[in-house]
Amino acid sequence: MKDILILGAGTSGTMMANKLSKALKSDEFRLTIVDKDETHYYQPGFLFIPFGIYSKEDVIKPKKNFFPKDTNVIVSEIDLIKPEENKVHLSSGDVLSYDYLIIATGTEIRPDEIEGMTDELWKKSIFDFYTIEGALALAEFLDDWEGGKLVLNIAEMPIKCPVAPLEFLFLADDYFKKKGMRDKVEIIFVTPLDAAFTKPIAARELGNFLEEKNINLVTEFNIGRVDNEEKKIISWDEREVEFDLLVTIPTNMGIEAIEKSEMGDELNFIPTDNHTLQSENWENIFVIGDATNLPSSKAGSVAHFESDVLFENLLSHINGEPLTASFDGHANCFIESGDGKGLLIDFNYDTEPLPGKFPIPGIGPFSLLKETKMNHIGKMGFKWLYWNMLIKGRDLPLESQMSMAGKIVPEKEEQETKTLQL
Amino acid sequence: MTSETKQEKTVLLDQDGHLANREDWSEELAQELANIEDVGELTDRHWKVIKYIQKEFDEQGDAPSIRKLTKESGVSTKELYQLFPKGPAKKAAKIAGLPKPKGCI
Ligand SMILES: Cc1cc2nc3c(=O)[nH]c(=O)nc-3n(C[C@H](O)[C@H](O)[C@H](O)COP(=O)(O)OP(=O)(O)OC[C@H]3O[C@@H](n4cnc5c(N)ncnc54)[C@H](O)[C@@H]3O)c2cc1C
Repeated sequence: MKDILILGAGTSGTMMANKLSKALKSDEFRLTIVDKDETHYYQPGFLFIPFGIYSKEDVIKPKKNFFPKDTNVIVSEIDLIKPEENKVHLSSGDVLSYDYLIIATGTEIRPDEIEGMTDELWKKSIFDFYTIEGALALAEFLDDWEGGKLVLNIAEMPIKCPVAPLEFLFLADDYFKKKGMRDKVEIIFVTPLDAAFTKPIAARELGNFLEEKNINLVTEFNIGRVDNEEKKIISWDEREVEFDLLVTIPTNMGIEAIEKSEMGDELNFIPTDNHTLQSENWENIFVIGDATNLPSSKAGSVAHFESDVLFENLLSHINGEPLTASFDGHANCFIESGDGKGLLIDFNYDTEPLPGKFPIPGIGPFSLLKETKMNHIGKMGFKWLYWNMLIKGRDLPLESQMSMAGKIVPEKEEQETKTLQL
Repeated sequence: MTSETKQEKTVLLDQDGHLANREDWSEELAQELANIEDVGELTDRHWKVIKYIQKEFDEQGDAPSIRKLTKESGVSTKELYQLFPKGPAKKAAKIAGLPKPKGCI
């Protein structure tokens, strides 16, 4: 009997349990999954809670609804991983042994990493929407807010779902317009990046949206501290932005157990082979989703594409065969743009988001990097897809590998030469 | 007369405005790049950071993030921003003749 242990039963862990349970014989393999929480959260839905579009009930379901019958489920906090001994220590005191380990413990927000962030104003004038508690508290705050300066700040990259902050801004603009108080709210986006988004073509497109919606952009702002008295955020190079309401995307880090186990990088993300998803340090450990250090987006869609690759490679590894499945960094994200419209981006490690049609070239029904009503329908449909297909490990009508079909490739910009006098 | 003539050199930059070819880099060029970036005269403290990230790049294939810089180079975040205002990770990489760090996705 071989033990396969999955740490974390969020999007990735639940998907992997379902895929593996279908494929493995239960007299040869024992499948165990550990999570500290009994509730599964549909995190993409957190975005809609502050604006009253979704309620708490829309985004929670019991985790147990999604586990395969033959899986051993343990509800406990993971305390320490000992990869040299093939053991995992739980806070309950139990110690689990494994032959193969899948780490799917995701990422958490760390407002405590920023000086002054969790002081007096925390949850009074400063909110996050990356946790259910934060999103609900912000909804309550916005309900009777009379307006002022709304500052949305990304503390540092990488963050999970890097488009979510932009979506928040677009939805905020729409929300205040519909409440008839857009003129009372100044919206300011303060980012450490040098543009609205990380990838140039999409950044240009999304930057135009900000302008159209009268959202101010402050770039290359790396937050150093929050001044609670004067209500302003201050960058490391001493630039200041005042706020009445601060919506923060705090530093995103892998969980503390990874740090304690000395398995992560400076942000507790686990060094993982970009293509095979095997841990760089231990052959019998695979890593998936937000917990990895892959240079891809941290998103549910990415985790889904990774799950196909991890599944194949884990089985190859178990059978002593070479790992042939290769992850290409594929991400596919709807971007809600307000007023019942949305955009869609589809990209991978090598190809930035481009315009075009998806998934059927020339037809769609979705349009890439363009605002349409259909894309909004796709975004809202993702919730159904997530609960009913994605985390159950069912195949979606989407290839894991990104396809260039349907994409319009811009002409390559000439490399610039420059003359320097020495 | 000839000794006073300034030598001209053409260097190729990539899309991000970083050196396209590492071989073009020299300590003199670093100073030129620092001037363009408004970093000014490169001091020992600047050089400590530049040498560290070049070593990191050779070992890891990417320039380090600010977090890694402060954790491992022995220069505090505050000082990094004083040395290389606005984006230390990006600016220091540029002056060191390295591509823009992949870090942000
Ligand atoms: C506001 C927001 C909007 C988003 N929008 C989108 C979107 O539109 N599209 C998209 O594709 N993705 C979106 N995402 C991202 C997506 O939700 C995540 O990328 C995805 O859930 C990652 O899955 P995961 O399994 O890696 O991590 P998670 O789903 O976060 O799972 C990690 C699990 O580990 C458990 N865990 C953590 N620490 C411990 C411990 N010490 N002991 C035991 N258990 C532990 C947690 O309880 C959790 O169940 C969004 C995220 C947010 C926050």
